[in-house]
Amino acid sequence: MSENKPIVKTKDVSIGYDQDGKVLCLFENLNINLAVGELVCFMGPNGIGKTSLIRTLAGLQKPLGGKILIPKEQAVALVLTDKITATHMSVYDLISYGRYPYLNWNISLSDKDHALINEAIALVHLEPLVDKRLYELSDGQLQMAMIAKALTQDTPVLFLDEPTAHLDLNNRVEIMNTLRELSRTAGKAILVATHELDLALQTADRIWLANHDKKIKEGIPEDLVLDGSFDQVFQFKGFDLKTGKVHHKPYRHLGINLIGEGHEYLWTKNALERDGYEIENKSSITINVNTTANSTSWTLASKNLNKVFGTLAELLNNLKSVLD
Amino acid sequence: MNRKKYWKEGLALSFVLALLFLSDVLVGSVSIPFKEVLSSLAGESTTFSDILLQFRLPKAITCVLAGGALATGGLLMQTLFRNPLAGPDVLGLSSGASLMVAILVFIGQANTGLSLLLFNNPWSIALGASVGSGLIFILIMAIAHYIRDNTSLLIIGLMVSAVTSSLVSVLQFIGNAEDLQTFMIWTLGNVGSTSWNELIVLTVVVSCGIAIAYFSSKSLNIWLLGENYAQGLGMKVDRSRFWIVVSTGLLTGAVTAFCGPIAFVGLAVPHLVRLVVPTTNHKILIPAVICGGASLLLLCDLLAQIPGSTQVLPLNAVTSLIGAPVVIWMIIKSKRIRV
Repeated sequence: MSENKPIVKTKDVSIGYDQDGKVLCLFENLNINLAVGELVCFMGPNGIGKTSLIRTLAGLQKPLGGKILIPKEQAVALVLTDKITATHMSVYDLISYGRYPYLNWNISLSDKDHALINEAIALVHLEPLVDKRLYELSDGQLQMAMIAKALTQDTPVLFLDEPTAHLDLNNRVEIMNTLRELSRTAGKAILVATHELDLALQTADRIWLANHDKKIKEGIPEDLVLDGSFDQVFQFKGFDLKTGKVHHKPYRHLGINLIGEGHEYLWTKNALERDGYEIENKSSITINVNTTANSTSWTLASKNLNKVFGTLAELLNNLKSVLD
Repeated sequence: MNRKKYWKEGLALSFVLALLFLSDVLVGSVSIPFKEVLSSLAGESTTFSDILLQFRLPKAITCVLAGGALATGGLLMQTLFRNPLAGPDVLGLSSGASLMVAILVFIGQANTGLSLLLFNNPWSIALGASVGSGLIFILIMAIAHYIRDNTSLLIIGLMVSAVTSSLVSVLQFIGNAEDLQTFMIWTLGNVGSTSWNELIVLTVVVSCGIAIAYFSSKSLNIWLLGENYAQGLGMKVDRSRFWIVVSTGLLTGAVTAFCGPIAFVGLAVPHLVRLVVPTTNHKILIPAVICGGASLLLLCDLLAQIPGSTQVLPLNAVTSLIGAPVVIWMIIKSKRIRV
């Protein structure tokens, strides 16, 4: 929400690498901000420098130029893509790392530390797994533990690099929902670098879109969809962002007049288009979707034919032979 | 981190250590009755008490110090590189120490002036070996900073070992027979010839190394997450790396100087101890590994004494003889080694 006050601000920041005088610049003169209580998804094609930007904002590498304004040290907690190799570590131990910045060399956790750790564990619903070792967790559970570790750090800002990579749909949705909730209830400023276009569009308050011209475009998801920014950046091949569908070539060059309504109509349309047919009102071939309270059937009708099918698979199988 | 304290495991390890220490003092080519041990300690002077105080006791204490130091060094390396195959000897530290000792023995000995200055002083060999392993380690760290790939780093460590070993060969080739024998005996590993004076030096250096390691527990724990997360948690990465380097250099250098390059303990003990104390918290791991290393070296020393004979096997033969099968057994049993 841009009306909230920004907590991370950049002033003419350039990001990249300077190796022995050879400068590789990924982003130039960025003036972007992240506000309290908002979830921002940072999107862009592979290799454009999302990880480098997160590393720079988090202070893991120096910017080539400009200033990054973050209120204090230890304001940012990170979830990176680095693999944890010490997989015999217990989940509780991993999450307690979040308290390390506040501890001296003796690492003795106070009651308050334990309380914060348990709070984070409850937030990501890992209570049954705290005594497991990391190698016993699924990828999704491990990611949740990493998020809990970052929460335990008790910082106003959270940066996550590809937190949903390699996860199944359920885990992806759960993680994004958790993050959105955290931005709302705990008032955290959260930046997520992600490839999940559909999820980002549905959960993010704002999007940072990395352009090919070393700039970042900020905006709410819907604006960026409608003004074509996404198409420009991603150059979709066979995917229509405005309808959210994959393009199908009607390679059979055959129109079908589809009659029906509701979900059944939509999925029948999906099946026909996927199989290379075109939906066309004027066609002489008609498919009627008959929906009753507890069953669905399909009636195929053309000049000399009238046949009923119980499933879409049967319909598609027979469509070819019947029409020949 | 202090959810589970492993008191029981710690107690068991200390008990094993005490038992092995006692056996190491009692068992040898001359058998000493337990009663005599007590009277010797009370200050009575007999032949038994001479054997005990001038030979057995220094030897057992050397085993404890050397075993604990090498195992701690191995643990530090495995954690820092996040590589189960790391150990002070794998990365060329022992070879570095060998090179410096060889330089001291062959060149320092030949030059009488230097010899008087350096060689008759127990600090000189300890210092030389520490400097040797420290230099090699700084070289390895510089390369590690540049390539950041564990496998390549290990290969480079082996190459560095090869270079220092060949330099040592050259020194051996040009050295005279007497020096050669001194050096060869040193390379076989020996815990039996440390005097009380040398023992004091060893104790001081090893205590410093272990203290630094223990005070680095927090950063060692953080290293397990890798450099990026370490920075993210606000750790001063370079400073911590420096102290771990210093600690490992002191531990390996001092032990190598007085006992020669003892193989395998540094690599094997951390893995064995993690089987008993399955934690990643170095505040618990370091004391456990010290107990484990000391116990293993005492056991090796016991086995090196051929029963009923005055002959003693070279220590290195025994450590590898025990170490290698144990590591093989462990890999087969646990399928996967973790750091």
